[in-house]
Amino acid sequence: MTKEIIRLEHVSFDYGDHRVLEDINLKVYEDDFLGIIGPNGGGKSTLLKIILGLLAPREGKVFLFNKSPNEGRKHVGYVPQHTLVDRTFPICVKQVVLSGRIGFTDFLRRYSKKDKQIADKVMKIMGIKEIRNTQIGELSGGQLQRTLIARALSTEPELLLLDEPTSSIDVQAETDFYDFLHGLSEKMAIVLVTHDTGAISSHVKTIACINKTLHYHGEKTIPPKIFEKLYGCPIELIGHGIPHRVLKEHDE
Amino acid sequence: MTIFQYAFFQNALMAGVLAAIACGIIGSYVVVKRLVFISGGISHAAFGGIGLGLFLGLNPLLTAIIFSVFSSSILGIISKKAYQREDTLIGAMWAIGMAFGIFMIYQTPGYVPDLASYLFGNILTVSRVDVLIMLTLNITIALIVFIRYNEFLAFSFDEEFSEVTNVPVMKTYIVLLSLVALTVVILVSVVGIILAMALVTLPAATASLFTNSLKKMILFSVLIGIFYMFIGIAMSFFFNQPSGATIVLTSGISYLGLLGAKSLIRNHY
Repeated sequence: MTKEIIRLEHVSFDYGDHRVLEDINLKVYEDDFLGIIGPNGGGKSTLLKIILGLLAPREGKVFLFNKSPNEGRKHVGYVPQHTLVDRTFPICVKQVVLSGRIGFTDFLRRYSKKDKQIADKVMKIMGIKEIRNTQIGELSGGQLQRTLIARALSTEPELLLLDEPTSSIDVQAETDFYDFLHGLSEKMAIVLVTHDTGAISSHVKTIACINKTLHYHGEKTIPPKIFEKLYGCPIELIGHGIPHRVLKEHDE
Repeated sequence: MTIFQYAFFQNALMAGVLAAIACGIIGSYVVVKRLVFISGGISHAAFGGIGLGLFLGLNPLLTAIIFSVFSSSILGIISKKAYQREDTLIGAMWAIGMAFGIFMIYQTPGYVPDLASYLFGNILTVSRVDVLIMLTLNITIALIVFIRYNEFLAFSFDEEFSEVTNVPVMKTYIVLLSLVALTVVILVSVVGIILAMALVTLPAATASLFTNSLKKMILFSVLIGIFYMFIGIAMSFFFNQPSGATIVLTSGISYLGLLGAKSLIRNHY
């Protein structure tokens, strides 16, 4: 039986008087590769923050690895939007990746030999070992993103959570990136949120759409009407050279 | 007999070096974590502690330590819990602390020492007791930062990620702000409450122009700070100029000049 790792029950959230999320129900299992798509301001990042216990839901319940988010999140590798990183910060690639291990250090917060070995290993996997001493301001968008993924992987997660991973990355890099995630999804569950409707649908296993409310589409199908509802106008779902999916109506 | 044999001159030199070390370490975090405004609030609120000390007849630096660590913790909690208008709340604390200090001084019976020396500092009047307090605070700051270096780095770079890896971010934030408070107390006798922020930020900001590593930034800003201090002491001693203002003018103009020079060079090539 596959293990359930995320469970949201009737989750709602408000910023002040403004309702951002309404009655969200979601289950994610250990072999899932879920893409959550929705427009900017549709509550994607808020949903991630609730899953991670950074925000408490106004209503409803959240379980992460069958525990509270604050306990369960130690099994989660979180990859924030790389476009929001302060690039002027005086820190190099290696230090960023090592900082993923900070939760495993003793009370003096020194990185052990094991921490350094893990950091080396994930930098090799992400192909950033050669630039390990480079300050983050000198990296390309793709390199910075790989650094943040390496940091998340250094926590040895069972679930990888990515916020807008493909923004400001070119098409080729995006395809490579999804291929890489596909390989990774053999080893861990992956959930990513994005406003980008192009390539995602042919790479992830399941899709959910979010705009205040969440519609889970299971295996690979999004009805165009849902896109219209989400984005307020019809959206072209076919990317260049990317096989697109046959879309199925969901009942509402 | 050289000037180095005068006790007041020795005190001034020691105070200058100690202030530069604290500013170099804590200022670097204030600059990279963008805490300049909240640090401004902490430094002005510290004046409340000075007023309290004068009123109670205690050493004002000691009461300022307790008062400013307390108010910086409150500021930290307020700034994290307030969903909006964080800056307004900090501004209110800033004003309340300052006003409380003035109010307490007004209630103090009898002789009240020169207010201007607390507001603007005078490095040539630093006492041996002040130097000992400064030394103790410096050791505290250096020790905590040394022990928690990796945690402060991870926290300052990405607070959210640190929280996900279960770093106690609220505690870390309050410790960091309390260290800012201690730094401000160290600076009171050197440049005073009003100019303290300049010395916390300017050496670190200047150092950041030359390096991409936090460790080097701390080292450079300590050295730069010592250099500014010596200029201030010299101007104050030989030309009878106000030390605090001279130190801040030197550091401010150097920073803006170097920043301008750097952007000119970058645009040129």
